[in-house]
Amino acid sequence: MPVARLLSLESWKRWLWSFVRLTLIVGLSFVILYPIIQKISTSIKHKDDLYSPIVVWIPENYTLENFKDAIRIMDYWETLLNTFALSATTTILTVASCALAGYGFARLKFKGSKLLFGGVILTILVPPTTILIPIYLNLKDFTLMGLIPLLTGKSVNLLNSYWPFILTSLTANSLKAGLYIFIFRQFFRGIPKEVEEAAYIDGAGIGKTFTSIMLPNAVSAIITTALFSFVWQWNDSFYTTTYLTSSKVLSTQLSSLPYNLAVALNGDINKSDPFYLSMVQDTGILLAILPLIIIYLFVQRYFVESIERTGIVG
Amino acid sequence: MKWIEKLGMNWRTYQGQKAFWGFMYVLPWLLGFVFFFLIPLITSLQYSFSKVEVNSQGLGVQLIGLKNFVDALTVNTSFNRTLSDSIVNMVINVPLIVIFSLFLAVLLNQKFLGRSVARSIFFLPVILASGVIMSLESSSLVQAINDQNASAGGVLSAFSSFELSRLMINAGASEDVVMYLTGAVDRIYQIVSQSGVQILIFLAGIQTISPQLYEASKMEGATGYEAFWKITFPMVSPLILVNMIYTIIDSFSRNDMTALIRDVGFAQFNFGLSSAMAWMYFLAIAVILLISTYFVSRKVFYHE
Repeated sequence: MPVARLLSLESWKRWLWSFVRLTLIVGLSFVILYPIIQKISTSIKHKDDLYSPIVVWIPENYTLENFKDAIRIMDYWETLLNTFALSATTTILTVASCALAGYGFARLKFKGSKLLFGGVILTILVPPTTILIPIYLNLKDFTLMGLIPLLTGKSVNLLNSYWPFILTSLTANSLKAGLYIFIFRQFFRGIPKEVEEAAYIDGAGIGKTFTSIMLPNAVSAIITTALFSFVWQWNDSFYTTTYLTSSKVLSTQLSSLPYNLAVALNGDINKSDPFYLSMVQDTGILLAILPLIIIYLFVQRYFVESIERTGIVG
Repeated sequence: MKWIEKLGMNWRTYQGQKAFWGFMYVLPWLLGFVFFFLIPLITSLQYSFSKVEVNSQGLGVQLIGLKNFVDALTVNTSFNRTLSDSIVNMVINVPLIVIFSLFLAVLLNQKFLGRSVARSIFFLPVILASGVIMSLESSSLVQAINDQNASAGGVLSAFSSFELSRLMINAGASEDVVMYLTGAVDRIYQIVSQSGVQILIFLAGIQTISPQLYEASKMEGATGYEAFWKITFPMVSPLILVNMIYTIIDSFSRNDMTALIRDVGFAQFNFGLSSAMAWMYFLAIAVILLISTYFVSRKVFYHE
């Protein structure tokens, strides 16, 4: 029976490949999840267990003390609220302004729009460090082309407020906004022109077409950019540490957690041991990414599906 | 209202109205582009050629020519090393990340049990691996100790890359290639955690390839391996370019160069020197981007 033998060889090959694939995927998933599992295990350990040679993963004495310390020192709930407010505001504004710009570049051509789109590409390519100092100095004495001193007599210091974030995201120039404009442009270019033309013939103006025809079709692009922008703003330490030096936002609190912790525990010899500091710091990181993971669990299905339909590809 | 007509806008025509609204839609971005990008960019260029002093009157900007650039290259102790380090890292990592993410995207596109779980795990780095978390992670003591314990455990170390490299050298592979690959194995976490977005982009690209192509090739007797090289690879090759550029710009946020530039600017208040460094960094990146885009885009296959 040569056919059966061929079949069995084929099926052997298939089984072998499934096995290799399974090994690879499980192995790499482990590599990705390893730090998170490690942090969870560290955060519920009692500090006696740190030096116990028999404890590697599962602690002998469970404790929530690390969480309590980290929450207290980071001022967690207030920080969380601040971070959430900041990220949500910038996300909404960024998505709105980038969607407008993306639609403008994709469908409403005017003279020089190609040149301006070259500008968008330039904003993606130039490292943010290059323009950081002038922006910083500009925001420190914010004049809006001399308008504000005219009205109030002196320039405004916008640092240490949310204004830099609001202004940049309102004008689609916040963190990685060029990328979002690019995504939106590619997406709107993928929607057939006939849909738009039908709307015009039925009497919809350009604004009406955009809000009631194009936007509802662009849900997947909106979800993608919103998620990216939210997450990157949440994790961003580059702009937040520059613009917000004393406000309580997670990424600044997290980077100053070791220092604050050392100050808070100062004098208590038993506690200020580097391993313990590191342990609380790990707990802090876990607390900082926990909300993101929870959000991700809920939206990941849409996220993966929508990326596939966004057409970043084209 | 002359300037409106100049932009090709005329109220009486449909095209004219479209052009006007297009300009209005782009306007918020344009304002931001001018105020938060173009002017700072030019100012930064100006600073890089001048001595910037903060005094009671505000800013004193004095043109001093190329001194900042010379200082950065000859006087500053860490600039040369940091710049070359970050460029070498980029050149080493970018091909690895692109190839790795293409491979994973192909893998995740196949049908198997638990595919959606695997996908969500592989996209997890997109939300985790950025900014402050990464930088703190590398300094975590507990993790370092645990890693030490793990490798002393014996079971894992049998699989360490040392054995692998010996095996490959004995098999006759070139030593440089072996070092490159084993280095990649050692840095697997770094590579995996930086390739989340790239996997997404490749996966999206693979899904747009029409299934008829695969069916036809199967009829003609092509194996899966051949189908990959003759269909999948050419079809996603434009995305290789996209991903390469994305990987390069993504590395801005997490390298030592950025830290050094910020340190010189905000800790030593030497704005001129900092701007000069930033500009040299930008130029180096631009050169890398141009060269790699040139070479890759010659090989890219476009469907149209």
